[in-house]
Amino acid sequence: MAQLNPEIDHLLRRAGFGASAADAETFRDMSTAAAIAHLVDYEGRPDDVDARIGRPDHARVTSKDLFAPDIDIDDARQRWMFRMIHTRRPLQEKMALFWHNHFATAYSKLAADSGNLQAAKMLAYKPGGLRGPQGQIELFRQHALGNYRDLLFEVAQDPAMVVWLDGQFNTRSKPQENFGREVMELFTVGVGNYTESDVYAAARVFTGWNLRESVGYGRGDMNSYQEFAYNADEHETSAKTFSFPIYGGGNRTIPARSESAGMQDGMDLITALAVHPETARRLARKFWNFFISDIHPPDPAFLDSAAAVYLQNRTEIRPVVRYVLTSPWFTQPSMKYARYAWPTEFVARAIKEVGWQGLSLDKVRSPLANMGQLLFEPPNVGGWPVGAGWFSTGTMLARANFAATLAASQKETLAVALESDGGTPQALLAAMLDRVTPAPFDATPQQALMSYLVAGGNWTGSAAQLNTRAAGLARLLVGSSEYQLV
Amino acid sequence: MRISRRLFIRDGVATVTLGLAAPAFLSAIAEAQGLPSRRLVVVYLGGGNDALNTLISYQDANYYSRRPTIAIPAGQVLQVGADASGRPLGLHPRLGGLRNIFNEGRLAVVQRTGYANSSRSHFEATDIWGTANPQSSTGSGWLGRYLDTLPRPADALAAWNTSGETPRALLSGQTGVPAIPNGSTYTYASPNRGSAALEERSAAQIMSANPASGRPHLAFVNSTSRAALETLDRVAQATSYTPTIAYPNTGFGLALRTVAGAIVRGIGSRVYWVQTGGFDTHAQQGAAGGAAYGNLMGTLGDGLWAFYSDVRNQGLINDTTVIVFSEFGRRISENGSGGTDHGAAGVMMAMGGMVRGGLHGTAALLAPGSPTLENNSGDVRYETDFRSVYARVLDQWLGVNSIPILNGDFRAGAPAIF
Repeated sequence: MAQLNPEIDHLLRRAGFGASAADAETFRDMSTAAAIAHLVDYEGRPDDVDARIGRPDHARVTSKDLFAPDIDIDDARQRWMFRMIHTRRPLQEKMALFWHNHFATAYSKLAADSGNLQAAKMLAYKPGGLRGPQGQIELFRQHALGNYRDLLFEVAQDPAMVVWLDGQFNTRSKPQENFGREVMELFTVGVGNYTESDVYAAARVFTGWNLRESVGYGRGDMNSYQEFAYNADEHETSAKTFSFPIYGGGNRTIPARSESAGMQDGMDLITALAVHPETARRLARKFWNFFISDIHPPDPAFLDSAAAVYLQNRTEIRPVVRYVLTSPWFTQPSMKYARYAWPTEFVARAIKEVGWQGLSLDKVRSPLANMGQLLFEPPNVGGWPVGAGWFSTGTMLARANFAATLAASQKETLAVALESDGGTPQALLAAMLDRVTPAPFDATPQQALMSYLVAGGNWTGSAAQLNTRAAGLARLLVGSSEYQLV
Repeated sequence: MRISRRLFIRDGVATVTLGLAAPAFLSAIAEAQGLPSRRLVVVYLGGGNDALNTLISYQDANYYSRRPTIAIPAGQVLQVGADASGRPLGLHPRLGGLRNIFNEGRLAVVQRTGYANSSRSHFEATDIWGTANPQSSTGSGWLGRYLDTLPRPADALAAWNTSGETPRALLSGQTGVPAIPNGSTYTYASPNRGSAALEERSAAQIMSANPASGRPHLAFVNSTSRAALETLDRVAQATSYTPTIAYPNTGFGLALRTVAGAIVRGIGSRVYWVQTGGFDTHAQQGAAGGAAYGNLMGTLGDGLWAFYSDVRNQGLINDTTVIVFSEFGRRISENGSGGTDHGAAGVMMAMGGMVRGGLHGTAALLAPGSPTLENNSGDVRYETDFRSVYARVLDQWLGVNSIPILNGDFRAGAPAIF
């Protein structure tokens, strides 16, 4: 919000989803350093957001039947949007979104394999009410700023990931390459840093990393589940040699092991990949793009230092993110509004800034799909085409049209809230720009906005005029190109 | 790499008065400029199509021994004769529509297309098919470079992408391509009605026309907005089209229906991009033409047959060519999951009223040690450079010189698909 310190405004757009009026109260008197600590050391903030679903002063959720975000994917999508908007730990949700894109896993394949209920549960189950392992998104929340090596271990054993990359079929006689390839290409070192024979070796490493169904498993039973199982009989026990070092001394070969000890192969490979210098650089590059800019290319000096922080801290993510947010690059003036908003970020921020009175989050699902980011449905294992890739004529129309839907839903609220600012069109525009925070406008669009306010005739500030023009203004601001930058 | 792809277009679009000077229908300029009204529909099968189960070498014993659960029984394939090497071949049983087109002599199937040292990464391989340069997966695409040869000012609908994201093949230095994934939501909405709504749209138009000098990324988003606002009305004309026959109710079928609408309504786009996914069949491809892979083939074949029939009924098939490709083929031997992993050479297809149908190239011999294989006989080795197919399409169909577009002469060995 414009009435906040611009540095904190910038921080909240990047390390969170922007600021609502309530957030502005929280951060108004904080120094930037205190705000960074508030966001990064989020364990000190209450994790009460889910308990606030259904409260009247929050965005609404709606469902065909009972709201069941643990087992119904559309409800899970609403719960996540609710969290982005109302959480007291915005960086945790932001990192969950980062990991969801990094380890991109799509509901549709899981549903084709295991049915809708089990697929939603594998992705979104929050431990508490039912039996079975937590959903993938809860794993990302748990390890949001945790240790990357640990996260890789957990992801390799995550039922959603196992189904997504066909690990349940990875057997001794027919090693399955899908996970073995992607763990190197997308999750760690990246193309150019492994060979085809590394892919075949990695497939053998993960033989036997399969799934097991709960007793009496039924795909429509909400207490049934699949869980990770190391199937020793299906592990291929011979030695596996890679083109890069697996062990500290430079040894490139995982030794032959007995079936029962064979799970160590995967531990060794994941550790080697997690501490690989190219993994450090790749994560540093992704953090640059995510937190600093996907418009300006990463400064090599930044990559060197962020990668070093990652390796020195034994693959801990929290020190790296703290480094990013406190680094000189983060606050450079050229980096302000130098990142393209992801559709979910755009929607969450627009709702926080314009308002959520009476708005059901079920109404954002198809707009988000049209903008190209349906949660839990990335287009492929490489994640979404972030950056400039978000923008095409179709997706830009979807953004502008969501702005119209949101403005229409908040017509009355806006007219009431801005009543005292309706004396002149200039005052109305200024008041709206206190709520809604696009990148600065040049003179031409600024004039177009002013002309729009008075296009219906002389400005009188009547209730009818305010009702129409405040909503129209909100739509033009949120649908503007300037608003698509954070 | 993927992050910078749209910036590439941006540089051009931001400096070109995109569509502002163009008349309502490109066909009007095209006629005035004496251009042929030919159009190209490019179909991308996302994920790496299992070419060996698309066009089946059903008398190769190794096909059956290496694919014990996913091979298509010889009795079920749709026979299409034999290739130049004398190998009898058949289409997947769910490609009945394509067999009809084949029998009419208007479907060309080009076997073993690819390039040396095929990338097994989806992303890199897709980009390579886009750039038409195996050494580089970044930069502009071959179709984008073709669009840049069209007379200026370029029409805002010079090409029409039916997917939400612009593929690398369409990236261009000078020609923006609108993405129209869903015609019914390709509209301008407002919280108000009547004159206030019109005034909003006109304000949005002025705002998006701001050159935003000094902020090229903002200029890029503005150019996207502006292209959207300028194309709304013409897109609505295409999406209101009533076809002559029913299209399958799949994303692919509906996208092709929209393309047919644009063709019939004379919108004037030269290139259309359509894609359908799910071809990354690492597991449970299904046996004997059923299940997952069978459904993929059904979606493909039924959609293309509807499109071909509809456009033919409209008398426009002689001006229309469709080409089909995927980023790679798949491993010969099935894996433990009843699926196949990433492989090398694939199969391309071309169809249309002027296409010279038939089987082009030779089938791989799947016996281990065969020179038609690579990667320890795990994968099919390419025979026809995919760029030679592109060259033939550019030179013979679109009527432009392929050499500058492809940065080289790939005419030698091009299959005679026209």
